[in-house]
Amino acid sequence: MTTASTLTGKSTEDAPVVRTDRSKLIGGIAQAVIGLYGLWAFGLGSRTSHNAHTLFNLKLDPASSGPSPISAPAEPVAIALASIAIVCGLVRAFAPISAKVQRWLAVGYFASFVLAFLVWAAAGSGIGLNVPSIIQQTSIAAVPLILGSLSALLCERSGVVNIAVEGQFLFGAFAAVITASMTHSVWAGLVAGCLGGALMCALLAVFANRYLIEQVVLGVVLNLLASGVTGFLYDRLMSTDGATYNSPPSFNSIAIPGLSKIPVIGEALFNQNILFYAAYLLVPLVWFLLFRTRWGLRTRAVGEHPTAADTVGIKVVGLRYRNVITAGLLSGLGGVWLTLGLASQFGKDMSDGKGYIAIAALIVGRWSPIGSLGAAVLFGFATELNLALSSLGTPIPTAFLSMAPYLVTIFVVAALGGLARPPAASGKPYLKG
Amino acid sequence: MTTPTPDQNSSEETPPPAAGTPATPEPVEQPATAQPTADPGSDRSLGTVIRNVFTAENSAMVTFLAIVLSLVVGAVLIVLSNTATMDKAGYFFASPGDFLSSAWGDISSAYSSLFKGAIFDPATVSGTPSQFFGPITTTLEYATPLIFGGLGISVAFRAGMFNIGGQGQTIIGAIFTSYAAFTFTSLPGALHLIVTVLAGLVGGMLFGGIVGWLKAMRGAHEVIVTIMLNYVALLLLGGWLLNTGAFHDPTHAGQAISKPADPDAVLPHLFGSGLNTDIGLLLALLATVAVAWFFQRSKLGFEVRAVGLTPSAARTAGINVRRVQIASMLISGALMGMIGVTQTIGLANPNNNAIAPNIDAGLGFTAITVALLGRTKPWGVVWAALLFGALQAGGALMQTQAQVSIEIITVVQAMIVIFVAAPRLVKEIFRLRATKIEKGAAPTATPPSPDPFHTTSVGGQA
Repeated sequence: MTTASTLTGKSTEDAPVVRTDRSKLIGGIAQAVIGLYGLWAFGLGSRTSHNAHTLFNLKLDPASSGPSPISAPAEPVAIALASIAIVCGLVRAFAPISAKVQRWLAVGYFASFVLAFLVWAAAGSGIGLNVPSIIQQTSIAAVPLILGSLSALLCERSGVVNIAVEGQFLFGAFAAVITASMTHSVWAGLVAGCLGGALMCALLAVFANRYLIEQVVLGVVLNLLASGVTGFLYDRLMSTDGATYNSPPSFNSIAIPGLSKIPVIGEALFNQNILFYAAYLLVPLVWFLLFRTRWGLRTRAVGEHPTAADTVGIKVVGLRYRNVITAGLLSGLGGVWLTLGLASQFGKDMSDGKGYIAIAALIVGRWSPIGSLGAAVLFGFATELNLALSSLGTPIPTAFLSMAPYLVTIFVVAALGGLARPPAASGKPYLKG
Repeated sequence: MTTPTPDQNSSEETPPPAAGTPATPEPVEQPATAQPTADPGSDRSLGTVIRNVFTAENSAMVTFLAIVLSLVVGAVLIVLSNTATMDKAGYFFASPGDFLSSAWGDISSAYSSLFKGAIFDPATVSGTPSQFFGPITTTLEYATPLIFGGLGISVAFRAGMFNIGGQGQTIIGAIFTSYAAFTFTSLPGALHLIVTVLAGLVGGMLFGGIVGWLKAMRGAHEVIVTIMLNYVALLLLGGWLLNTGAFHDPTHAGQAISKPADPDAVLPHLFGSGLNTDIGLLLALLATVAVAWFFQRSKLGFEVRAVGLTPSAARTAGINVRRVQIASMLISGALMGMIGVTQTIGLANPNNNAIAPNIDAGLGFTAITVALLGRTKPWGVVWAALLFGALQAGGALMQTQAQVSIEIITVVQAMIVIFVAAPRLVKEIFRLRATKIEKGAAPTATPPSPDPFHTTSVGGQA
């Protein structure tokens, strides 16, 4: 190995083998200690004292009819939630439990800790927390991360590292905006955006499989290329004649009959545009295709052990080309979402690192579609939370909250170490013979 | 099929000429120059030399052609994005001259101002020295951080690690530099400067060290960690630090900008006050010498190369792989921190030597392309940095004079690296020798020295 060719693969042989018993004990105790800090900071701090209450709004629009806000006494609720978190940590550390229970405990720990934090942060505020708005913003922020991580997932499962999701977003977004602006059709924009992403992925596939460029390096350079090309064309076309080139129509929201009337979550989740639904529906679809179809089995074989796959007659390189280009359609769709679905115009470097976070979501989700979805929602929550909290005037600078997804990723990658295994052949070009 | 030297990635079609026979028959292009040499043992006739240059088994030719190709790609983009020219393309077959002259006008004005901004402007031949040497010294100034960055990437690369965290390490270096530059004003002049430079170095070093430590001790992959730390550093500086009382300049209310550096702590001019180069360039060249010495002569440098080639073999040989990984990331981070130093207290800083959120200016990523173009060799990095520095310097003038956005430079740089990384593509485009692709020939089977571009573990299970 001269270079770091896979995302986390080559470190495994250097990494200490984490014994699950020890990590369970240490992890559980660490959770309990952090929970204890939460108890002290959130429950017993001055913000929740003096009988302060925390208001949870359950309507997206406070003026509309619906359930009335819940007002919770801040101090006891925060203490209770923090105590639950501590118990979860202690149970994990000392009780003999299975890995599955551990996972649910972790979810419970995380949920109660975050809730305790929210109760503390919004204590005494007259506006309170708008729960449907947080749900809505989280689900919206997760969309590009989901699409990006699915794209990277398809690539890595077939043995190509796609770190150029950022570039595919940008190129897809640009292609979508310029096409939709000139044709006045969102559908033309959608097609163009997906094709733009696929084009970037085709570059990746060709240079990775035919010219054998180191794939992480290639991805970074392709990101630079996409940033340069779109930035240049933006300066030349869009900033001079925005009316012609940068004023696309956007997708309309479609309220799903019935579902959109559900209180609290209905308006937030079921009154979105078609790209939103598509992104969430793609997750089970990709899962099904990968794990329940012949194509999926072949793809995983090519990503794990291409020599064996070749032996049984699978065309390794051809399948890789197909999958990588298909993955480009997904990340191109992410670009379409950023522009036609969300912002209605293109801006320089507008993907703003979302492509990289999508890859982080893939790793935190351990190369599975469902896990990636969970990680994407988590990251979306962390990004949106600081917007919600900045209006509440918490003493924590919002920058530190914005760092949360990145720090979580570092923590997960460091904690999992050798346990986070990418597909074995990911990043290695296949040469017959 | 053997791979003779590390830079020759494609299989050579010509069999090596046997001693005692005349030079092999020339290709059709240059029949006249084919002269049998007096010394039959050497294959050094003029024709062979020319053929060897143009058949591009040498990487210098590939690099040159890659640059040409990238400029062509840039030219295509310039023409395509000019709506007036493209309107003329609409009636191309009726009057091709219109389109061609308009396109030629676009390209020549863009690239001539690129040249004027980067090398020299013929109009200033009779001007003052500062006018005449202005462009070239600006190029040197832009190249300075790229040299540091390219070296930083190279050191990590040679140890088998890919440091994408240049952005974060640069930012932390800049934060340390800036703090030292406006805080320790009681120190005497030269000492203050030295302390400031060292502060930036240490800042980048610490931030790089985190990555090395996590990699060595926890097996966390450096690519992910560095990407994440980039955003942590960005948010730390732009989202928080520049709004705090310790850093924010009270005279710029509402602007995220730090206090300006003390004049003592600014890098002095290298060639006199009229010219744009500061002594950062000298430091960068010193760093190059040091890194070259490090790789070739020092024990740690040897260990770094060994680990980069085959970690398992290095471990068997008794090298402490973890220590080497941490050390190389510390060095890499320190060199990246030097970008922060030159960006903050160098002459290229437009903000009166204060730091703003965009202090890194994307140099951490450009540094990757520099290192790749320089093939992670110290002096190669210097040449690559000079080229990219020239592109940056010229691009600035191109933007103001020819109204061609400087973003085109990013495109050209990325294309250069892609073309250089895929020499076979360049050869295919120019129909050079050794273009026939042999199925099954592994071009980079196991090169004797690390090649930054290509995966060496080919095939299924490595």
